[in-house]
Amino acid sequence: MFLINCPFCGERDQSEFSSGGEAHIVRPKQPTELSDDEWAEYLFMRKNIKGIQFERWNHVHGCRKWFNVVRDTSNDKILSVYKMGEKPPVNYK
Amino acid sequence: MPNYRIHKTEYIDETKRVSFKYDGKTYFGYEGDTLASALLANGIHLVGRSFKYHRPRGIVSCGAEEPNAICQIGSKKDLTEPNVRATELELYEGLEASSQNCWPNVKFDIGGINNFISPLIPAGFYYKTFMWPKSFWKKVYEPLIRLSAGLGKSPTEPDPDIYDHKHVHYDVLVIGGGISGIISAKMAAKNNLKTLLVDDKKILGGSTIYQNNESIKIDDKLSSEWLKNEIQEIKKLSNLTIKTRTSIAAYHGYNFLLAKENLTDHLPEEKKKNKIRQRLWKIRAKKVVIATGSIERPLVFNNNDRPGILLSNSINKYLDYYGVTCGEKIILFTNNDSAYETSISLHKKGIKNLIVDLRKSASSELIKQAETLGIKIYFNHVVTNTFGYRKINSLEIMELSEDGNTTVGNKIKLSCDCLGMSGGWTPMVHMHTQSGGKLDFRDDDQVFLPKENSEDQISVGSCNGDFDLENIIDKTVNKINKFLDIDNKDYQDTNIICSKENDKRNIWLLPNKIPLGKTKCFIDFQNDSTAKDIKLALKEGFRSIEHVKRYTTTGMATDQGKLSNMHALGIIADTAGVKMGTLGTTTFRPPFTPLTFGTLVGRNVGKFFEVVRKTSMHEWHLENNAEFENVGQWKRPWYYPKNGENMHDAVQRESKAARDSAGILDASTLGKIDIQGTDASEFLNRVYTNAWSKLAIGKCRYGLMLNEDGMVYDDGVTTRISENHYLMTTTTGGAANVLSKLEDYLQTEWPELDVYLTSVTDHYSTASICGPNSKKILNKLFPNLNLSDENFPHMSFKEDKLENINCRIMRISFTGELSYEINIESKYGHSLWKMCIEAGKEFNLTPYGTETMHLLRAEKGFIIVGQDTDGTMTPSDLQMDWIVSKKKYDFIGKRSLYRSDTIREDRKQLVGLLTDDPKEILEEGAQIVSDIKTKPIDMLGHVTSSYFSPNLNKSIALAVVRNGKTMKGQKLIIPMENKNINVTVSDTIFLDKENKRLNA
Ligand SMILES: [Zn+2]
Repeated sequence: MFLINCPFCGERDQSEFSSGGEAHIVRPKQPTELSDDEWAEYLFMRKNIKGIQFERWNHVHGCRKWFNVVRDTSNDKILSVYKMGEKPPVNYK
Repeated sequence: MPNYRIHKTEYIDETKRVSFKYDGKTYFGYEGDTLASALLANGIHLVGRSFKYHRPRGIVSCGAEEPNAICQIGSKKDLTEPNVRATELELYEGLEASSQNCWPNVKFDIGGINNFISPLIPAGFYYKTFMWPKSFWKKVYEPLIRLSAGLGKSPTEPDPDIYDHKHVHYDVLVIGGGISGIISAKMAAKNNLKTLLVDDKKILGGSTIYQNNESIKIDDKLSSEWLKNEIQEIKKLSNLTIKTRTSIAAYHGYNFLLAKENLTDHLPEEKKKNKIRQRLWKIRAKKVVIATGSIERPLVFNNNDRPGILLSNSINKYLDYYGVTCGEKIILFTNNDSAYETSISLHKKGIKNLIVDLRKSASSELIKQAETLGIKIYFNHVVTNTFGYRKINSLEIMELSEDGNTTVGNKIKLSCDCLGMSGGWTPMVHMHTQSGGKLDFRDDDQVFLPKENSEDQISVGSCNGDFDLENIIDKTVNKINKFLDIDNKDYQDTNIICSKENDKRNIWLLPNKIPLGKTKCFIDFQNDSTAKDIKLALKEGFRSIEHVKRYTTTGMATDQGKLSNMHALGIIADTAGVKMGTLGTTTFRPPFTPLTFGTLVGRNVGKFFEVVRKTSMHEWHLENNAEFENVGQWKRPWYYPKNGENMHDAVQRESKAARDSAGILDASTLGKIDIQGTDASEFLNRVYTNAWSKLAIGKCRYGLMLNEDGMVYDDGVTTRISENHYLMTTTTGGAANVLSKLEDYLQTEWPELDVYLTSVTDHYSTASICGPNSKKILNKLFPNLNLSDENFPHMSFKEDKLENINCRIMRISFTGELSYEINIESKYGHSLWKMCIEAGKEFNLTPYGTETMHLLRAEKGFIIVGQDTDGTMTPSDLQMDWIVSKKKYDFIGKRSLYRSDTIREDRKQLVGLLTDDPKEILEEGAQIVSDIKTKPIDMLGHVTSSYFSPNLNKSIALAVVRNGKTMKGQKLIIPMENKNINVTVSDTIFLDKENKRLNA
C-alpha cells in the first residue's frame, strides 16, 4: 500500500488515490489529420515498463487534483511527484 | 485416563481446571494449555487422517506450522470455524473441537482404503485421474474428492461476531517477542522512538522463556530468568506498546502491515458475548524490525508421519512450558545439536530417552552434558522405518555409509512411544519476502536468509540465521544501533555463556535400502505429498519449483508448506544435481496464517456494507408501499403495487395512467453537474457529440457523450441557465464517473479553459410529471407561469416560485409525453412531491417507478446507456447518427468514429423486435439467430430491453443485431430452452413516431 505525496495535500494513503495510467500522453491537437495507425497509437498503446515509469494519479478522495508520479515498478518505490504541466524530473529520463 | 502432565510450570495454572470436548468426548486441561498440550496431557496424539491416503496423523508441532492438528471449532451454523490449529488455540471452558479430516471418525474411516491403493494416487493425480470421462465429474469424482478431502466446514449463517479495525502509526514496529525482538523493542523505545511490539503468543519470550539448560546463561542467570527481567523492564517503557495474541497477517509495501489481534478467542463462551472478537490493526511504521524466529525442520525418512512423531523442539516446549511429556520412552532423531537440549530436559524430568544422530561425531558443550548424563547416542545412524498404526511403537535404525548415500550393517530395532525429529532450523523469512525482500542462500546449514536491501526494514535473531545465543544478542544489538541510528549501550557488558554448535549434517532425503517407490517418506503432511511425488514430477519434466509445487500440491495446504518447502527444494536440487541456492524459493504470500473474513471486513457489514442514498421523497415512497430497486448506491422506487398487485400488473397500470392522464416520477437521483465559466460552451462542444454554442439561454438540449474510443459513455439533458452557466444531467449510475472524466480532461488536456465543475446531484430534488394532463397540474402548482407552447416550448427552462421557494422547471421528456421536471432545493423535495400529488389528484396523477419509466421510454425507442449499450456501441450503432455533429472539428471520441472497425457495416446495431405472438414477452439477454439448423449456430446478437406495452397492447423489445440496420422486416429466431420464438425486426420507435404527444 503506497504512501503517495500529493503535491497539493502531502503524504496520504494509497486508498485515497486512483491511478490513471501512463503519463505524458498528449491528446493530439488535430485528431482528424491522423491515420488510423497514428490514432490507435495514441488511443491504445501503453508502455508496461519494469523499472522507472511515469504515471498519472488522481487524489480522488482528497483534493481531486491530477498529478504525475515517477515510480520504479520493480520495487514500487515512488521516486518523485510533480504537478500536471510540469516537466518530468530530468534525472529519471 | 492416562496423565502425561508430569511436572508443574509457571505457565499452567493447576488451580484452574478447564473442561473441553474433543470429538464428542469430555477431557480436562488447565488454564494456560493449548488444545494440543491438553490433548497430549491426556495421552492423545491421533488427531486426524491424512488428506490423500487417510493415514492416521498426530500432533507434530507446537505452533503456526502445525500441519496435522487442524480442527473444526464448535458446531453452531453461524459460529463454527474450520482450519484452526490446535497448537495455537488456547484452551477455554466449554471449548468444543473436532478433528477435521477423518470422516466418519478418526479411528476408523473408509478413506483408509486409499493407503492401499496409493500406487494409483501419484503426483499430479488430480490432473491425471480426474480427466475423463466428463460425465464422471458430477457423480463420481467430485463427491469422492469432497468426501475424502475433509477440509472443514464453513459456517452456513452470517457471522454474529463483532470485528474492529484500527489505524496506527509508529516509528518502529517489532514483529516477534522473542529474545531478539525484546532487545530491539527496548533499544528503540529507550531512544525516544514510538514503538510497537507484537507477538502472536499469550506471553512474550519466545522459546527462550522456558529455556532451562545450565550451559546457556546470560549474566550468570538462566537465559529464561534473564529474559523475564527484561520483559518486566520493557513493560515500564512509556513509548512502547506491547500487543500479545497479535500476529502479522500481511506485510505490504511502504511498511504498511496488517495485524490480527485476538481478543476473545481464548475466553469461555459466555465471556465472549458482545465483545469485539478480533481487531485488525492497519499499521504504518517508519521502520520495521522482523524478529520472527525460526521453525524446526522435520526429517524425511520412511513412515515419518505416524502419530507420536513430533518435532524435537516441540517435545521440549510441551515438557518445559506445559509440563507435559509426549511419551515415556522417547527417541530423538537429529542432524544437529538442538535435540540434545530436549534430551537433557527429558532426562532431568526422568523421561527415558536416547539419541540417533546423523553426524559421525560432535563435541559441543551440550553433547558433553548429554554424554555425562549417560544418555545413549547412536552417532552416524539413520532411522529407516517406523512401526505402529495409531501410534508409533518402535523403529529401525541403520548405520550410514561413509558418504551418507546409503546404509550399512544390520538393522537395529528400538522400541519407543514417541519420536522427536530435528532437521535443523528454517528462518522464518516470510515477512521479509512479503515486503519485497530478496533472499540469499547459506550453504553451511542450507538456509535461505534475508538479503538486506532496504533502509526501513531489518531481520534480527534466528529469522536472520543467527542461531546461538551469543550471536543472537551481539548481532541484534549491533544491527539495531545501526538501523535506528542510535547508540544504545544497555547490552555492551552482557556476559553470555552458550554451547556452540560446530557442525550439522544435512541430508534432505535420508537413505534407505527399500526402493523409494515402496516407501512413504512424507514431505508435506497436510497435503500428503511424498519424496516419491517430487521425484516423479522431475522425471516427468517439471523443473521450476513453482511448477513442481502445483503438480505435487506440496506446500499448497493451509500451512502453506511451512514444514515442507525446504525439503521439496532440497530434494529437487539433489535429484537435478544443481545447487539449492540457484533454485530460488516459492513465493510466500499473505496471510501468514489463515484469516477469517470477518476480520478483514470489520464493521462494514449489514447496513454498513455500503452507503445507501435516499432521495428526500423516500419517506413518501415507503408510506405508499413502493418496492425499491438499487441503482448504484441509490434506492429508487421500482413500482408501487396497489391492492395486492404483482409487479406486472402494477407496471401495466402505471404505464397506462402516465399516457392516458398523468404520471409522476422521482427523478432526483439523476446526476447533476453545475458547469460555469467563460469557456463552458466550448467545453460542452468538446465533450458532447453535438454542437452547443448556439443553444439559447433558457433552452435544453440532449447530449451524447463518448469515450475517446468512440463508444457511447453517457447521455442526458443539459440546460443553459445563463450565458456562462449550464446544468448538466447524467445517468444515475454514471454521475460520479462523468464528473471524474470531465475533471480529468479539464485538468490535464484543456487546463486553459475557464470552466468550473460542481456536483449538485444531492442539492436538488426532482419531480417529473408527464402525460396529457401534466400541463393542468403544473398550472395548479404555478398559476403565474405562462405554460403556452409559445412561452414555454418543449426543451426549454423557466424559473418560478412555489410558495416563495425557487424552482427550476424544465419541459423535457423521457417518455414521449408532454412532460415537466420540477427541481427544488433538496430540503423542500418532500413537500414539493406532496404538493404535486395533491394537485394531481383530480387527474389521477399516478406515481410510477423505474420499471414503468423503462417501459415508457422503450415504447419511444429511447436508449438507456448501460442497458441498451455496453461500451461497444457507437452512436451510429444506436441509429443515432443525427446527434453527431459533422461540422465540429473535434470532440471526445470523434476520430474513433471512422476507424476501420467502427465504420464496418456489419457491426451490431440497435433494432426493434416484434414477436409474432404479441403476447410473448422476450427475455432480456436472450440470443438472436436466423438459422438454427447449421451448427455451430451463428449468434447475431441479443435482446437488450423487453416489455409488454399496455399502450400498444403487444410485446416490444430492443435488441442489438449484427447488420441490424439493413434487416427491417426480416424474420429472426430467439431459441429458448424449450421453444423457438419467432420475431420480426422493426423500427426502434414503437409509439408516436411523429412526436405529437409532446405537444398534446
Ligand atoms: Zn491532494
